[in-house]
Amino acid sequence: MSAGATSLLRVHNEAIRSPTPSPTPSESSQSGFDMNRPTVISAQNLTKTYGDLTAVDNISFDVPAGESFGLLGPNGAGKSTTMKMIGGVSQRTSGTLSIMGLDPESHGPEVRAHLGVVPQQDNLDEELKVRENLIVYGRYFGLPLSYLKPKADELLEFAQLTDKANSKVDALSGGMKRRLTIARSLINEPRILLLDEPTTGLDPQARHILWDRLFRLKENGVTLILTTHYMDEAEQLCDRLIVVDKGRIMAEGSPANLIREHSSREVLELRFGSERNATIGVELQGIGERLETLPDRVLIYAHDGEAALEQVTARGLRPMTSLVRRSSLEDVFLRLTGRSLVD
Amino acid sequence: MTDPASKPLTTAEQPLRAHSPEVSAARARRWGSFFYAEQVLRVMRNYGWSVILYSVGQPVAYLFAMGVGLASLVDANSEAAFGGVSYLEFVAPALLVSAAVMTASGEFSYPIMDGFKWRRVFYGPHASPLTPQQIASGHVMASSLRFLLQSVVYFAVVAMFGASPSLWGWMSAIVATVAALSFGLPLMAYAASIKQDKGQFALVQRFIVMPLFLFSGTFFPLDSLPIAVRWIGWISPVWHGTELGRVFTYGMDQNPLLTITHVVFLLVTATGGWVLVRRQFVKRMGS
Repeated sequence: MSAGATSLLRVHNEAIRSPTPSPTPSESSQSGFDMNRPTVISAQNLTKTYGDLTAVDNISFDVPAGESFGLLGPNGAGKSTTMKMIGGVSQRTSGTLSIMGLDPESHGPEVRAHLGVVPQQDNLDEELKVRENLIVYGRYFGLPLSYLKPKADELLEFAQLTDKANSKVDALSGGMKRRLTIARSLINEPRILLLDEPTTGLDPQARHILWDRLFRLKENGVTLILTTHYMDEAEQLCDRLIVVDKGRIMAEGSPANLIREHSSREVLELRFGSERNATIGVELQGIGERLETLPDRVLIYAHDGEAALEQVTARGLRPMTSLVRRSSLEDVFLRLTGRSLVD
Repeated sequence: MTDPASKPLTTAEQPLRAHSPEVSAARARRWGSFFYAEQVLRVMRNYGWSVILYSVGQPVAYLFAMGVGLASLVDANSEAAFGGVSYLEFVAPALLVSAAVMTASGEFSYPIMDGFKWRRVFYGPHASPLTPQQIASGHVMASSLRFLLQSVVYFAVVAMFGASPSLWGWMSAIVATVAALSFGLPLMAYAASIKQDKGQFALVQRFIVMPLFLFSGTFFPLDSLPIAVRWIGWISPVWHGTELGRVFTYGMDQNPLLTITHVVFLLVTATGGWVLVRRQFVKRMGS
């Protein structure tokens, strides 16, 4: 890691000023859910309605400092609405919400001063240069230029954008813009970072660079609140997550626990062609623990996928393709809602 | 490469530390409008040359065409029609006010749509400690500064053409700025209420800004228009501003009650527009 990035992370580490003494890293559990840590976000019976539509329906959760907490669900599940309420830019219809002990409705500026926000859609100042975007944003927090100028350089290095410092924003690729938005969100050294669909629309390489940067922040104790409809992203980054659908919490836990509770160890994916997938179910009855028929494939949930495949071939069935894989959050979601994450 | 974390920290190597969130919030509550105005001015600096050329080029071209070209015909007929002053003196304050109003019609329309819809630039600062009201007032403050500077430059050109005999002529730059806000703030409130661009701003330009420019006693006294269309001037910030500007630049003889009416009209419409702007920004973005 480069010198600038190292010192940035060190600063972040020191910037975590917990209301009560923080446990040492060795005390914190692998899952990140540690009741000794102070709660930084608490939502109780949080509800948001728009006319007849209930976007967020009576959800409750607590997030301790330093945890990486995810909201996983399909588009329209109410994830972004929840993020906006946490971010103090959208008012709840009912329930209680507290960020660092403050109500975002009555203390919007105070709550937002604690946060770094990466919105779903980039809203960078396209007419300003890359470095100037960081400086201008820092000014909104009343930060002096003597701090902002070197800080902007550090953050550009962290976001791997140093050689783009004097470029216009519209000259950046999608992944670079996203990294700049994340760098911008760190200008005030927030204790809590809100990331709404941070990697949607990015190519795989750009996503991995981003994940790496976020993981470093997480390692240094920044509380990450993340919405995503990518199960791999949730598995990579989240200590704990809630699965949301139609504004409600369907399940809560660490990715590993959710998979253990709601799915089998392995999944056998079979394709018989779109004509036969729907009708083959009867012939597969009794194999594995559970069967799920999708338009393009059939999923057999089993402890041992290879053994299940042997049973299938023993019945004289010849799938066009077969694949044995580990269960994922996608399977959890399918089990809980009967629908796939990406419709 | 040495790891800076392993080196003993000296004073010179103290890590950068942001002030606490509490300080950020307190500063934003107090100075937030100025922080946003700074952003708008930084963006304006990017097209600074076109702002300067527009501010200087427009008055020179208009005053030359109207005050030298057209005036040579008009003045040959009768100065009495314009209250005993030259046509250049008559038309200069009107052009000054009109230019400010036209700049306002630009600053308070497309950039507002840009902030809410196109590039959504208002939502970036809204995630910071700034409030929607401060974002609105920052935009207004920076724009007002532009109107004022443009009007001062315009007035300087007017003065160079010898079209402002009164010592109070410089006040016309302030009048033009207020007239720009009187017209611009209600427009900004409207722009903040638009969810879909269906060419509304082009209609505003053609059917509101242009008629106000033409029928607000700009090129001829309002009295010379048929009574049926004189109302356009009465509800026009351009007319009220122009009439006030004439009082300041050449001491136009006017009933003091009418002068007060002009001032009140401009202030009431600007204030009313500002109330609507704040309401729309909060409605659109939450508090």
